[in-house]
Amino acid sequence: MTVVHYLNQFFAGLGGEEAADHEPIRLEGPRGPGNALVAAGLQIDLTVACGDDRFALDEADSLATLLAWIEEAGADVVVCGPSFGSGRYGYACGVLARELGRTGTPVVAAMTPDSPGVLASEGAAYIVPTTANVAGMRDAVPAVASIASRLAAGTPVGSAEEEGYLPRGLRVNARSEALGAERAVGLILAKLAGDVRTEIAPPTDRVAPPDPLADPASAVFALVTEAGCVPQGNPDRLPTRHANVWLRYPIGDRAELAPEDYLSVHAGFDTTEANRDPDRLVPLDAARALVQAGRIGRIHDEFFTTTGVDTPVAVSTRMGQEIGAEIRNAGVDAVILTGT
Amino acid sequence: MGIPTVFITALPTIAQMVGANRIVRGVAITHPTGDPSLAAGDELALRVRILDRAVDMLASEIAPRTVWEIDG
Repeated sequence: MTVVHYLNQFFAGLGGEEAADHEPIRLEGPRGPGNALVAAGLQIDLTVACGDDRFALDEADSLATLLAWIEEAGADVVVCGPSFGSGRYGYACGVLARELGRTGTPVVAAMTPDSPGVLASEGAAYIVPTTANVAGMRDAVPAVASIASRLAAGTPVGSAEEEGYLPRGLRVNARSEALGAERAVGLILAKLAGDVRTEIAPPTDRVAPPDPLADPASAVFALVTEAGCVPQGNPDRLPTRHANVWLRYPIGDRAELAPEDYLSVHAGFDTTEANRDPDRLVPLDAARALVQAGRIGRIHDEFFTTTGVDTPVAVSTRMGQEIGAEIRNAGVDAVILTGT
Repeated sequence: MGIPTVFITALPTIAQMVGANRIVRGVAITHPTGDPSLAAGDELALRVRILDRAVDMLASEIAPRTVWEIDG
């Protein structure tokens, strides 16, 4: 059984910031926190270390050197850190973990949950959450040593919830004594009771609500839709599904989106009723009525459109950011977005 | 410091799931701002009411991921 420990220049005893450019180095046996891991029952065969700046500025070469040493040592498990709240150190630990994950080498790390290393690791490491500073060493060491010992011995490690490491976003098959139907009913009852748990939350973008409009009567409104509304004939060939583009069309002085001029090419719903009156998707006639009544200031002279069908969240996010940048430049104050 | 946006959709739970903050429940998936069962004048009046509600929401402080009904 072989355990390799990764440290930065500081924890390896090579120096502080003045040594942050230190090239990768291999050191036999434990160093610094490695001694605490040994005291907690984990053997450390080899320590590899690198300066934080060196890793950040010369990532490819540093990584190649470290990985070669780890492979040569025949590591059964690699421990990275603890890096606590250190951004560069945490990032290096995360990248090293990600690359080791590709070769199937288990990694245990320890850092703050918001360290860039958590994202960088892409779920490859068992990451024990720590405090932002080294005061958390006492709590982190036994947890790291325990998980690393079991990984090295090939003994199963429990779920994130049971063990206290950060969720890795992985699905692990497990055998259950209960029948599928029983588990499904149990799950829906738990959900109805408000007991909702998951390690794999859907990717979401949480943005605080922007401040409300102070005076709608003087504000400029843009109409945006994912309902696939385009001029008749779909002149720019907006895809009917899997769209990765958005389009914009002038609405100038139009009073409404007349059915002889516009249609929806959206492949995700029955467009029959909407195509009899596209204002059912992009409410231009009603917006004009609110302008007439003095309720709102003005409608931006273009509307923005795409088809939201089978669209990955990442693509939607990108399109939203692009449309947002356009309308911000155009002096738009608020958006009325319609979805189907 | 974003641009306030109101999302009119018949699927407000999905809108909440992806993080929309100002949500007005639309009439139906296939026609969020219309109702083909109404006479033309009545349908436009409904559409104006939906938009009026949406404008109200844009001018209101709201908690994250709030859903308003058309007639609230």
